[in-house]
Amino acid sequence: MPRPLHLSAALDSPGHVDAGHYAALARLAERAALDFVTLDDSFTPEPRRPDALATLARIAPLTERVGLVPTVTTTHTEPFHTSISVNTLDWVSRGRAGWLVGVSATEAEAKAFGRRPTAPADALWAEAADAAEVAARLWDSWEDDAEIRDAATGRFIDRDKLHYIDFEGAHFSVRGPSITPRPPQGRPVVAVPVTAADLAPDASPGGRARVSTAIRYADVVLLDAPDHTARLTAATELRLRAGEHLRILARTEAALPDAAAVERLLAELAATGAGVDGFHLVPADPGRDLAALAERVVPILRARGLFRAGYAGRTLRDHLGLARPASRYAAGPAAATDSAGPAALAEVTR
Amino acid sequence: MTDRPLKQIHLAAHFPGVNNTTVWSDPASGSHIEFDSFRHLAETAERGKFDFFFLAEGLRLRENKGRIHDLDVVGRPESITVLNALAAVTTRLGLAATVNATFNEPYELARRFASLDHLSGGRAAWNVVTSSDAFTGENFRRGGYLDRADRYTRAAEFVQLAREFWDGGEETVRHQGPQFDVEGRLSLPRPPQGHPVVIQAGDSDEGREFAAATADVVFSRHSTLADGQAFHADVKRRLAAYGRKPDELKIMPGVTFTLGDTDAEAAELAAETRRAQVGAPTAIAFLEQVWGIDLSDHDPDGPLPAVDPDPGSALAQGRVRIGDPLAIAAKWRTLATEKKLTSRELVIEVTGRQSFIGSPATVAEQIDFFVQNDAADGFILVPHLTPGGLDTFVDRVVPLLQERGVFRTDYSGTTLREHLGLPLPGRR
Ligand SMILES: Cc1cc2nc3c(=O)[nH]c(=O)nc-3n(C[C@H](O)[C@H](O)[C@H](O)COP(=O)(O)O)c2cc1C
Repeated sequence: MPRPLHLSAALDSPGHVDAGHYAALARLAERAALDFVTLDDSFTPEPRRPDALATLARIAPLTERVGLVPTVTTTHTEPFHTSISVNTLDWVSRGRAGWLVGVSATEAEAKAFGRRPTAPADALWAEAADAAEVAARLWDSWEDDAEIRDAATGRFIDRDKLHYIDFEGAHFSVRGPSITPRPPQGRPVVAVPVTAADLAPDASPGGRARVSTAIRYADVVLLDAPDHTARLTAATELRLRAGEHLRILARTEAALPDAAAVERLLAELAATGAGVDGFHLVPADPGRDLAALAERVVPILRARGLFRAGYAGRTLRDHLGLARPASRYAAGPAAATDSAGPAALAEVTR
Repeated sequence: MTDRPLKQIHLAAHFPGVNNTTVWSDPASGSHIEFDSFRHLAETAERGKFDFFFLAEGLRLRENKGRIHDLDVVGRPESITVLNALAAVTTRLGLAATVNATFNEPYELARRFASLDHLSGGRAAWNVVTSSDAFTGENFRRGGYLDRADRYTRAAEFVQLAREFWDGGEETVRHQGPQFDVEGRLSLPRPPQGHPVVIQAGDSDEGREFAAATADVVFSRHSTLADGQAFHADVKRRLAAYGRKPDELKIMPGVTFTLGDTDAEAAELAAETRRAQVGAPTAIAFLEQVWGIDLSDHDPDGPLPAVDPDPGSALAQGRVRIGDPLAIAAKWRTLATEKKLTSRELVIEVTGRQSFIGSPATVAEQIDFFVQNDAADGFILVPHLTPGGLDTFVDRVVPLLQERGVFRTDYSGTTLREHLGLPLPGRR
């Protein structure tokens, strides 16, 4: 059986700060039954845009199925806040949250915080890995059945099912547990952007660190490759190192002004043997291109049996075919099968 | 006072918190974490034309005797994220998040509140709190680095800087101060409210001064008539020094309430609620907080512990400090003797906040009386049930306040500043 096709799209719309604009785009994406939408973010003054996680929380009640994946950067933000914010996005969307991990490399961002100078990319991505580790431990720090409401003893929770995470790293230490109960998906979906060049033999230290972070923590990689050969090589390498659970979506520009452009995109999406699970579509004009996607591209993919007719599940993990993980702190056999695979463990260098 | 036009009352809805005010054992008590609970309370508050919806914050789970406190509701979402989602299902209600100035940075937080203000069409409010304890700091990069004496120094410069960022627009803000040395520009235009509303909830002399200099609203604990009047007068008196008029700062104490068809029925329900709020284990845990020693063998239905408190103890963590334990114990012993109270009854007695108890008519009259007599400009109502605890108040008390001509029958503006009667701040 062929692997199911996974499609997602970027909603980025520089200059728009109104919720209605983003809600309309997300509804188009939902009409197309995309797995998820992303919204990029940074602490630079340009482009003009609101906080990405806030924007996706704002449109969560206005959508029902589509996954919501904001960029949250790890360089200046407290990992504790990142963990509870993504967790809360999962609660307000009933299990549709993801986190696109990013770093802040610019001088302008460092000055806006005034707390530390800029650092090289490899250090920033190593720190991002620590932030991902902390976020995941905090999501797990409440076992699923920690709330007991036991009137007989007067206990609201079973505190043996809440866990300190005691993370100690080079940049921060976090005690835990989370203040927010375990999110509906157990752990929201973690996505990391990777370029083919990051995986090349002559990759920069920053590229290598980014790949390590992806291998260790990502459920989804958004892969940017210049051509089909580079994409196949990079995807094969990623899958080999991360394991079968990783969903690799190739970044694809999607400017769809006319029928010819629609045909070209269809040919691109239907091409087999590219080694990826699907595509992350980056529209040139989100309103126009997402409408074309919903009205013209996806119906043809469906007619050809290449894309699902609608959403089968409710959560983003459901759409991606990813199981809900047990908490690493939960006792019992479920927890034992939850550890990272041997390939992933080999990546742990720190 | 007789010639003065009637004061208009301001009302806010506090989502039930992670303390024993919230009764979770009641069969009507729903989820404290699912979005539908937040939505229900916010929609109820908006139906009642409330000024705003309010979320508290605590960045570390409370502990008792080195273990997580398990007797009250535990766990809550990240406030700003929930408020952004609530902005989608409400259209007028103000949306207030408590966020610590100690464990955040001005650029990021200014951006998050600017985003909420844009995404809600001008309804954002920030309750600035300042706890600096090392216990909470263990969850953060900075740890518990802030000296208690510096908490408002940082908060004041923080709020000032946030306002500079909000005003910034197309210009880069350059700020050099004792706490912050930053340079930046937000990725957003000036928020619809100019500055999101600033609420303050500290009680010390520095806290009151900070409120007078900086805040639009004070969330206070001074909710009895006499105490409220004294607090109201004290804080309003401080405003002139900052060139501000009494109207520019609203004082809103937090209060609970219990409604019944008659006053007698309400009193009975209120007593029942107090017993549910202070069960035997809660009474013991409360005494341990003050005594600083393990009292698990103490009989809650007997007299107060015979031994004196240990003032140096760090037994209870993650709570606002209560004061001098020895003095408190002495005061309680006197009270328990006078009123012949058991330990649990004493805790019920001393932990009772100001509460409006009675029929809808009685409660409407009391609230109006407190406001017209300057014990408050309005109230932050703390229901004890999630999510339906405000339903009856909105259905039965709000119409009576409207009949009295002291509460809006509909919103006249779209922003929280407009609901509160606060001017749009000028650009500095
Ligand atoms: C009514 C009221 C509500 C408060 N709510 C919170 C809260 O939700 N989270 C928090 O961290 N601190 C809260 N605080 C604590 C205060 O913000 C402040 O940090 C504390 O009172 C110490 O300041 P002070 O010495 O001026 O009182 C609250 C205080 C009051 C009076």
